[in-house]
Amino acid sequence: MIEAGHFAAFLALVFCGLQAGFGLRGDRDQSGLFAGLGFAAMGFAFFTLVYAFARSDFSVELVAAHSHTLKPFGYKIAGTWGNHEGSMALWCLVGLGFGAAGGWLMKSDRPKFESRALGVQGLLNLASLAYLLFASSPFTRLDPAPLQGQGLNPLLQDPALAIHPPMLYLGYVGYSFVFALAAAGLIEGRIDRQWAKQARGWALAAFVPLTLGIALGSYWAYYELGWGGWWFWDPVENASLMPWLIGAALMHSIIVTEKRGSFSAWTALLAVLAFCFSLLGAFLVRSGVLTSVHSFAVDPLRGSVLLAGLLILGGAALVLFALRAPKLSGGPEWLATSREGALMGNNLILTVATFTVLLGTLFPLIAEAVGQTISVGEPYFNLTFTPIMALALVALPVVQAWAWGKADLSSLWKWALGFAGIVAAFWLAGIGPLNIPLLAGVGLALGVWLIFGAGQEIWRRAKTFARLPKMPLRVWGMTLAHAGLGIFVIGAVLQSSGRTQTTLALQEGETQTVAGWDVRLDDVSSVEGPNWYAERATLTAVRGGTAAQMQPQKRYYPAARMPTTETAIHKTGTSDLYIALGDGRRNRAGETRWTFEVFLNPLIDFVYLGVVLIALGAGLSMAGKRTRTRKDAEEETA
Amino acid sequence: MRARTKRLWGVGAAATLLIGAVALATVALRQHADLFYTPGLIAEQGMPESGKRVRVGGWVQEGSIAYGDGADMTFLIEDGSGETVEVSYTGITPDLFREGEGVVATGRFGETGDFTADSILAKHDENYEPRELKKARQATS
Repeated sequence: MIEAGHFAAFLALVFCGLQAGFGLRGDRDQSGLFAGLGFAAMGFAFFTLVYAFARSDFSVELVAAHSHTLKPFGYKIAGTWGNHEGSMALWCLVGLGFGAAGGWLMKSDRPKFESRALGVQGLLNLASLAYLLFASSPFTRLDPAPLQGQGLNPLLQDPALAIHPPMLYLGYVGYSFVFALAAAGLIEGRIDRQWAKQARGWALAAFVPLTLGIALGSYWAYYELGWGGWWFWDPVENASLMPWLIGAALMHSIIVTEKRGSFSAWTALLAVLAFCFSLLGAFLVRSGVLTSVHSFAVDPLRGSVLLAGLLILGGAALVLFALRAPKLSGGPEWLATSREGALMGNNLILTVATFTVLLGTLFPLIAEAVGQTISVGEPYFNLTFTPIMALALVALPVVQAWAWGKADLSSLWKWALGFAGIVAAFWLAGIGPLNIPLLAGVGLALGVWLIFGAGQEIWRRAKTFARLPKMPLRVWGMTLAHAGLGIFVIGAVLQSSGRTQTTLALQEGETQTVAGWDVRLDDVSSVEGPNWYAERATLTAVRGGTAAQMQPQKRYYPAARMPTTETAIHKTGTSDLYIALGDGRRNRAGETRWTFEVFLNPLIDFVYLGVVLIALGAGLSMAGKRTRTRKDAEEETA
Repeated sequence: MRARTKRLWGVGAAATLLIGAVALATVALRQHADLFYTPGLIAEQGMPESGKRVRVGGWVQEGSIAYGDGADMTFLIEDGSGETVEVSYTGITPDLFREGEGVVATGRFGETGDFTADSILAKHDENYEPRELKKARQATS
C-alpha cells in the first residue's frame, strides 16, 4: 500500500514538472489539467499515509516512530502530520491543492498570465515534492516491523494541536500561490487593477486559515503548557507571526492596486515577501537553529536544504522584481492625506513591525556568530513591536474615513477631541475606582477607540439603519476585522497588566486564599487514560456564593516516556481561574505539600474572540462579490 | 502633488519610522538581551552584574534539590567544571525537571552572589534539549 503511495508521489512530481513546463510555455489548459492530476496523485499518496497511521501499520517507519496502538483513533489520523516527514507531505498536498484550485477556478480573459502563474506554482510544488521524496521521505518501510510504535509526542495529543498544522499550512502554502501570481504578473510586466482583483481573493484565502492556525496554536499553549499566558514571543511563534503581518500589509495594499492601480510594485513585493517569510518560518521551526519552548527534535541538514531553497527562491524573485518593477505603471495622483496615504502608512508600520520581530528573533543567531550566547524575550518586543503597532491603531479610525486622492480634513478636530475624550475617561477611571496603571488605561482606551472607529466607519457609509444590512460584505468584513482588532487589544492589555500569578503549596485539606478565591486541596489521586496515567488533584475554589471543582493533572505517557501538564480552567465570564499542578514535595519536617501555579486571567477570551473576528472579517471580505453598482461607484469617488 | 514630491513624502515617512524603530530596537536589545552563563564561565569571567537578567544553564546536581515549607526551593547547577551556582526558586517546576537533567534558569544575581530564578526551562521531551546545553555538553565531554 505505502509503495503505491510512494509511486503516486513520484507521479505527482512528474505531473508538477509537466504543469510547470506547459504553464511557462503558455498552454493554460494543459497546465491546469496536470495541476489537477498532480493533486489527485498526491491526494492518493497522502491517503496511503493516513491509512497506514489509521491501521497502525508499524512496517512503515514513520508510523512505528510516531504512533501507538493505544492512541485514540482521531489522534492516530492526526499523527500523520504530527511529525516532520508527514507534515512535509501535508505541505506538498496543500501546495498541489492550491495549484489544482487555481487551474480550476481562474477563468479570466488572460489565459497567458494564468498559465504562467500555474507554471510558477508547478515549479514551487516540484521543489517541495523533491524535498519530500529525496530529503525527508515518509514512505520508508521498516523490516522487521516492530510489534508496537513509539507513540506520538503527547503534547500533540490534543484537539487544537491536531488541526493547528493543517490550518497553518493552508496559510503558509496559500501564499505560494500568491507568490506565483506575483511572479507571473512581474514576468508580464502587468501588476494592474485586474491582477489585484484576481490575486486579492487568493491572498485572503491564505490569510484566513493562517490567522486561525496561529490562534489555535496560541490557545493550545495557553491551556497545555501551564504557564498561564497566551503569547511568549518564542521563535516558533514569531515564525508564524511574521508572514501574518506581511499578509496583513498585503491585504491592505492590494486594495489600493485593485481600486486605483497604484502601489503595484509594492504590492508585488509584499506578495513575494509573504511566501518568503512563510518559508523562513518553516526553516526556523524545522532547523532548530533557535532555542524554543516548542522545539522539536530536529535535523540540521534538512534545515540547510530549506535555507538554500529560501535563498534561491527569494533571490530569483527579487531579481525578477528589480528587472520589472520600474516598468509597472502607477495610478492617479494622490496627496499624503488621502486613502492611499493612509494605507501607505499602514503598510510602512506593518513592515517595520515585522522587521523588529525578525531582528528580535534572529539576534541570538547574530550574537552567536560573534561568540555570545544570549536570548531575547518579551521585554524587547514590548519596547519595539508594541509602540510601533500602537501608532497604527491610534490612526486607524481617523484615516479609514479618508477619501481616495485627497481627504477632507475639516472634521479632523472632532476625531482628536474624541480620542482625547476616551483616553481622559480611562485615565480618570484609572486613578479613581478602577485603579489601573496609566499605560494600561491608554491601551484599554485604544481598544474602545478601535471598536468605536469600526462602528463609525460603517455608519458613515450606510448613513441610515435601513441601509446597514445592505452594505456590501466587504464593508462588513472590514468592520468586523477592525472591531475584532479592538476587542483583541482590550484582551491583550488586560492580560499583560491585570493577570495575577501565585504559587501555592498545599497539604490535603488545606485552604489558602488567592486573588479573592478560597482554594482548598481536597485530595490527590491516580487516574488512568487509554495511553497515559496521571496524578490528579481535586480542588474546590470558592468566591462569594459560587464554588467550582477543579481537577488539574500531571500526566505521564509511558510509550513516549514523557510527562505533560493538564491545566484546570474555570471560566467566570469575566476571567479565567487557571490552575496548573506541580509536583508533591516533602519538606524537612516530613510533610508532603502539592504545588500549584494559580493564575487569574481577566478577559482572556477577548484575545481569541478578537482574532476569530479578524479571520471572520477577512473571510466575509473574500466572499463578498465585487459587483459594481452605482452605489459602489459613488462610494469610491466619495 | 507631483510624483516627485509624493515619493519624497513616502521616503521621508519611511525613513522616520525606520530610524525610530532602529533606535527603539537598539535600546531594547541593549537592555533586554539576556546573556547566558554556565557555572564554569562565571568562575572564569567573574560574576555578572547584580540585578541584570541573565540565564544560567547546566545540570541539576544529584542530591542538591531542597524544598522549603512553601513552594520555595533551592538546587545547584553544575556543568562538569567543578563549579556550581546555587539557585533559589519559588514556583512549580517543568515536567522534566529532575536531578541529573539539563536545566536553564533565568533570573538575577543579588549583591552577595545569590541567584534567584523567575523561570526554569528543562528539556521537554526525551529527544530534545536546549541548544546551549547541547553545546556545553559537547564542550565538556
